[in-house]
Amino acid sequence: MAETTNFELVSPEKLLISQPVEMVVVPGAEGYFGVLPRHAPLISTLIPGVIQIYEGGQIKERIFVAGGFAEVTEDRCTVLADEAIPLAELDRAAIEQRLKDQKEDLQAAKTDAEKAALQEKIDVTNAMIRALETGH
Amino acid sequence: MPSLKDLRNRIKSVQSTRKITSAMKMVAAAKLRRAQEQAEAARPYAERMERMLASVAGRLQGASGAPKLVSGTGKDDVHLVIVATADRGLCGGFNANIVKAARLHIRRLLADGKTVKILCVGRKGRDSLRREFRDKIVDMVSFAGQKRLTFADASGISVRVAEMFEAGEFDVATIFYARFRSAMAQIPTAQQLIPVALPEITAEQKADDKTGPQALYEFEPDEESILEALLPQNLAIQIYKTLLENAAGEQGARMSAMDSATRNAGDMINKLSQTYNRQRQANITKELIEIISGAEAL
Repeated sequence: MAETTNFELVSPEKLLISQPVEMVVVPGAEGYFGVLPRHAPLISTLIPGVIQIYEGGQIKERIFVAGGFAEVTEDRCTVLADEAIPLAELDRAAIEQRLKDQKEDLQAAKTDAEKAALQEKIDVTNAMIRALETGH
Repeated sequence: MPSLKDLRNRIKSVQSTRKITSAMKMVAAAKLRRAQEQAEAARPYAERMERMLASVAGRLQGASGAPKLVSGTGKDDVHLVIVATADRGLCGGFNANIVKAARLHIRRLLADGKTVKILCVGRKGRDSLRREFRDKIVDMVSFAGQKRLTFADASGISVRVAEMFEAGEFDVATIFYARFRSAMAQIPTAQQLIPVALPEITAEQKADDKTGPQALYEFEPDEESILEALLPQNLAIQIYKTLLENAAGEQGARMSAMDSATRNAGDMINKLSQTYNRQRQANITKELIEIISGAEAL
């Protein structure tokens, strides 16, 4: 077994994953970045995207996150996700329906604050669809 | 002196009360377990959030450009008091204790000449504060009829509070809730939400951290934007935490209240049955005396 780093994925409602991994790729605000053991300490915000957990050079698990924060130190990587769903559990039809609803809401929105909040939601939904199509 | 029939009715009604309270106790016990599990599950996120916040804030300490959520508005005139209570009663002194603590705080602020705004979370708090501070209550949030409290609920409150703060509607925000110590004890507590009391990096944590000084972290995009995103999230998680503790405390308080109600009903039934039996015996004796004295008179 290769060297590992402790990966933790936490949502506000519970601790989702806590396991040693060989490599994990995280959707950082300034681009996806891979975390290997002995990575330089880093704190980053996340954009909606997919976390990929690697084992033996292969992607073992893909998890969609709607945003959040990542803290990396030499021996661990902690992701605080706003919302995390394994990619396999995303339902294409439901997401497209949601996107349609949100776009309608956006049309109906009046204040700028409302529009901005809705636009953010649409971005997340779009990211979900992209994740389903391309895997990241 | 109540008649035998009255006593019989009375005993029957206390018996059915006891049935209800003991059922409520069992329901509360089950709900308490669930609420505790939920609170337990939320802990890892809060802990890690705190650690991250400490690292980021450690870098910014003393910096002039700190966000308002940390530094405050520089004033202390308008206070927002968030009173988190249950939506339902029948849980002993739970709601009353929180409200009492909040009321004392509000009165003190008013005496100091501050302006107070009240945001009630949970119906019971509003019901009892309405009498004294009707004009100060800005809004009420209630989760009545909802089975489970979700993070989205807490997040909604936090967004509102943050918006009000951005709009300059208050300077200091404090939340009143009951800290859950055990099923028996809930301690009314005040926690300041805005400006945020940043966690200090303790010497112990520093020693723990193999990476050495916190300044070694790299930040993407940069400290300010991370802090700006972290703080509202932290606000939401703090509110979420207090609400979960409240939910667990409410069920705990209800459980012990219903337990003593059940016991009191039992005592009362014993006492009433004793009176009933005495009365019945007295009646029998009285009738016997009447018969005997009637026979003697002949």
